[in-house]
Order: sequence, then structure tokens, then C-alpha cells
Amino acid sequence: MSYNEKMALTDEHIRALEKQAEAIRETIINMLVAAGSGHTAGPLGMADIFTAFYFHVLNHRPEQPEWEERDRLILSNGHICPVRYAAMAHAGYFPVNECLTLRKFGSRLQGHPERLRLPGMETTSGPLGEGLSQAAGVAYAARMDGRACRVYCLMSDGEQEEGNTWEAAMFAGKNKLSNLTAVMDRNNIQIDGMTEDVMPLEPLAEKYRAFNWHVLEVNGNDINAFIAAVDEAKAIHEKPTLIIAHTIPGKGVPEIEFDYHWHGKPPTAEEGKRFLKEIRTMGGKLPHEYA
Amino acid sequence: MLNKNAKLSAKVFADDIEKAPTRDGFGKGTVEAGRADPRIVVLCADLAESTRAEWFQKEFPERFIEMGVAEQNMATVAAGMALAGKIPFTASYAAFNPGRNYEQIRTTIALNNVSVKICGMHAGVSVGPDGATHQMLEDIGLMRMLPNMIVLTPGDAEEARKAVIAATATDGPVYIRFGRAATPVFTTPESPFRIGKALLLWESENPKIAILSTGSLSHTALVAARNLSEKGIETLVFHLPTVKPLDGEAVIDAAKRTGAVVTIEEHQAAGGFGSAVAEFLAEEHPVPLKRLGIQDQFGQSGSPEELLSHYGLDAMHIEEAVRAFVAK
Repeated sequence: MSYNEKMALTDEHIRALEKQAEAIRETIINMLVAAGSGHTAGPLGMADIFTAFYFHVLNHRPEQPEWEERDRLILSNGHICPVRYAAMAHAGYFPVNECLTLRKFGSRLQGHPERLRLPGMETTSGPLGEGLSQAAGVAYAARMDGRACRVYCLMSDGEQEEGNTWEAAMFAGKNKLSNLTAVMDRNNIQIDGMTEDVMPLEPLAEKYRAFNWHVLEVNGNDINAFIAAVDEAKAIHEKPTLIIAHTIPGKGVPEIEFDYHWHGKPPTAEEGKRFLKEIRTMGGKLPHEYA
Repeated sequence: MLNKNAKLSAKVFADDIEKAPTRDGFGKGTVEAGRADPRIVVLCADLAESTRAEWFQKEFPERFIEMGVAEQNMATVAAGMALAGKIPFTASYAAFNPGRNYEQIRTTIALNNVSVKICGMHAGVSVGPDGATHQMLEDIGLMRMLPNMIVLTPGDAEEARKAVIAATATDGPVYIRFGRAATPVFTTPESPFRIGKALLLWESENPKIAILSTGSLSHTALVAARNLSEKGIETLVFHLPTVKPLDGEAVIDAAKRTGAVVTIEEHQAAGGFGSAVAEFLAEEHPVPLKRLGIQDQFGQSGSPEELLSHYGLDAMHIEEAVRAFVAK
């Protein structure tokens, strides 16, 4: 399916997207093993959402990354960039094998993403809590100029602990930035443990509603449900929308799913082989690797 | 004697010289630049009147963005607007912009290399009665260390206006430092201003010492130089409204012609303008050097005059310091 087809999703399309997400997960494992450092759980958990964005939701041109009318995808929690790099590569922004340069000297694929190094990156991020305000700034400017593009911000749940996030939420709510859709990766883990132990965040939906946002909650590993939520967000004209996407950290590799220890470390070569097998056999449910 | 080419005010040494705070130059400059370029927007963190952002707001209400007391958000929203093609100016007190939002500036503006103009108001001890919390003395240091960042510290309201307009014509991040107190407007619309260029204010024959100054203290330095000249101590006075990129040519010229340099700034002597000059001269043309500024202290409440005198930055103390340095 081409990236700019906007047809109603059939079961066949959804299966094609799911297969694409698996290919992206495999690339993530390969690139993290090659890098020897980086984050595993978040990128695997977000593979379905990035697939939905790059292969269905975004109005974009991989061969023309700075196309003026493109939708903007701002990644706030820059540390999950392996999934964005993998999705961009599979979508045609650059060769998939360039993914193996992740975090290496001279690579365009920095450990945390840099706009000036990789066309289509939109901004530089990593320090948490800064993406939502940048996305709000882009959305505000786009509205001033009467541009039709939509602005998306992907952020983590952990970075809801940053004050800057709430300053941005207040600003977007005040200004009714309905061209802005934020997606929160609600995977419940952060470096030091479970979010509700480290610093309780709930009730997140009520908090954002109190800041004048429209809030939706979906299974972020269900591509079809996620795309439906994005479609609903587009239909809300009075306020910005937050999609709280419940994802499973480490999704696709059952032995690391839900385990916060995998937030910030890469698989070893040995683990990488095993993880790839788990992705290819759907966690052992299939007798043979499909690939 | 005064450098004629600087085209300074005819009243430069007169008691009734016009006085205005450099923040007025921000107000005038943004309005002027805003008329010429529709991409210019002004973001302000609940200080529209005292930063003079209000002047832009009155003429361009749809291009003025009230951020509330949220300087971190102001910096990052500005970065986003710059990514979308705007030229945002962010206005708050220097203690908060860039004091509060330094990391946001570092990552989303400087590393991102976007065209945001960060305007720090009420810098230095001359803020006066508000006291130490609001008297920013570390902003030049913070900002000049950032790659991609240009740092401007205009000497008066007229030069501040020019600095704002020059900043809009420069692609990329710029920090501009402004003061609260009304200070002498010693330059004129005809005085040359270019980013990265020093302005020679005073030049004597056989000068014994070069005074390099930045910000509104450059007028004070000029008064001190005239007084010293009357007492037989001849100097050169350079005003450097750009701290980064430093005008190395002028600094070397000053050092070579005199063999001794005094720097003056309303900022910590460590890390600021004097440090920039010291770093440069230590590598390129080492000469004896004295940095006048705040000596590893915080400010306090008082009138601007009381405070500048207390911290050794009025004309009398500068004169004494230069004399003592020459005598060494």
C-alpha cells in the first residue's frame, strides 16, 4: 500500500500494515544490536503507531522530506528514535541498511535525533518535555498562515513529569489548537520503574480534559483502532486532541514485554537472534519463522 | 578625543543628554522590523508593559502571543514557530529568559539552529530595587558558550533598536541583552552598527591603556576616559555591542596600540565579556588585563546609581581602577 492512499481500511490493508510493523520491529532489533546501546522497549511498543503514521496517517513525501504542505510529526521523547528511523527507512526516506549506522560516529542517525542531520526529522529532541510546546508552536504558526497541514506530537508518559509539558498543554488548550493531535505512549514504564511508583501520573485523561483537551484512549498496538482515533481527532474543531495510546513496552518479544529494565538497554547479539525469532514466530505461536 | 566616525550624540558629555532604557529599543525595533517583515512574531511571558513587547502588541495584536508566566514553554513554542517559518522574539527578564529556560534554548533553539531571537530584559544590577533574584549577571556567559548563538549587548536605546533590526536580518539564534534603567543615548541613528563590529568611541595620541566595554556602561567608560585624559592619562575606548562573535581585529588592535586592556561589563567578571576578551588575547596577543564587573557576588536592592557605585562600575570607580592599573 502506498503511503498516501487514504482509502477506508480493509482487513487486507490492516494485515499489510501489521506485516509492515513486524518488519520495522525486526529492523529495530537489528539496529540496536549493531549499535550496542540504545532503548529497546519504547521503540518496539511504538512500532504499530509509527507504522500507522508513516504508512497511512501522514500526508508526506518521503522523496521530498521538506515538502511545504506535509503534516508535521514532532517526536518529543527522542530516545525512541530507532522506531522512527526504522519507519522512515521502510517508508523510503533513506535505505533500510543505513539503520545499522545508528549511534555510530558520522551517522545521520544520532542517539537522540537531530533535525539538521536527517531531513524529515522535523526537530531535535531528547531532553524530555519539550516536544509538545514545539508542536504547539508549529500548529499556532500553521494556523496563522492558514495552512491545512496537521501537526502530531508523540510523547511518552514519563515526560508528563516535566513541568514544560503542562505549560504546553495549557497553551494549546487556551489557543484551541485543533490542528494539533498529541499521542501519549502510555506504556507505564520509565527508567527507574513503573510510572505510578516513580511519580503517579493518573488520572491523565481527566488532567488533559481539565486543560481543555479532547481525550481519547486506545490500544496503541491495535493499528486499526489507532487510525480510527486519529480520524476522530481530525473531526474535533474546538480543541486539541490527546490520544492516550496504551502500548506494551517491548511489544513483539514476549520475554521482555512489560519489563522496565528494557527501557534503556539494547539486546546483545545472542538476545537479538532470539528476539527476531520471537517476532517472526509471533512469540512461538507459529511453528516456523515466516521470514 | 571623541572618534568623529562614531557619530555620537552632540550631548554625549552633557548633563541633559537624552536618557532611555535599552528595552525601549526592543519596543521600537520590533515594531519597525515587524512592519518590514510579516514573519516576525513576539512572544511574551506576562511582562508586556515592562519589556516593551506591548508596543508590538498594539500595532500587531495578531502577531503577539501571550505565553503567561511560562518561560520554558515560551522558548520551545518559539522554536516550533521558527520551524514553521516565523521569526519569533521571546521577551522576559534575563533571569528567566535565558535563566529559567536555558536547556530549552540549548536544545530546541541553539542545537536546532532555528531563527529565534531571545531577548533578556532587566539584565545587570541596575534593575535596582527588585534585588538579586531579578538582577541577571550570568546571561552573557550562558549564551556565549552555546554554538550557533550570536550575543548582542547594545549600549543604548538607539543601538538596541538597530540590534533588533540586525537580528531579524540574521538567520539563526540571537541573544539580545537589555536593561531596565534609563541610560544615556550616546549613539545616533547615524552611528555605525554591525553585528560583530566594535565601535571606537575615544582615541588619544599615545594611549597607555585600552578600555573595552559593552552594554550601557560604555557611556560610563567614555566619561571615565575623558576625566582620565584631563588628568593626563590617555586611553582608547572601544564599545563592543557584540560579545559573540567577538571583533578580534579591534581587540588585537587595541591591545597592540596600548599594551594593556581593561574590560567593563555589568555582569559577572567570570564567564562574560571580559572573559571572552581575556580568552582571545591570551591566545592571540597576551597583554596585562583587568576585568571590571561583578566579582563573584550576587546583587541586592538599591537604586541603580547606588548599586553601580557599590560594585565599582560608576565613572569614578572605573577611573580609579584604570589609574591603579596603569600605575602597576
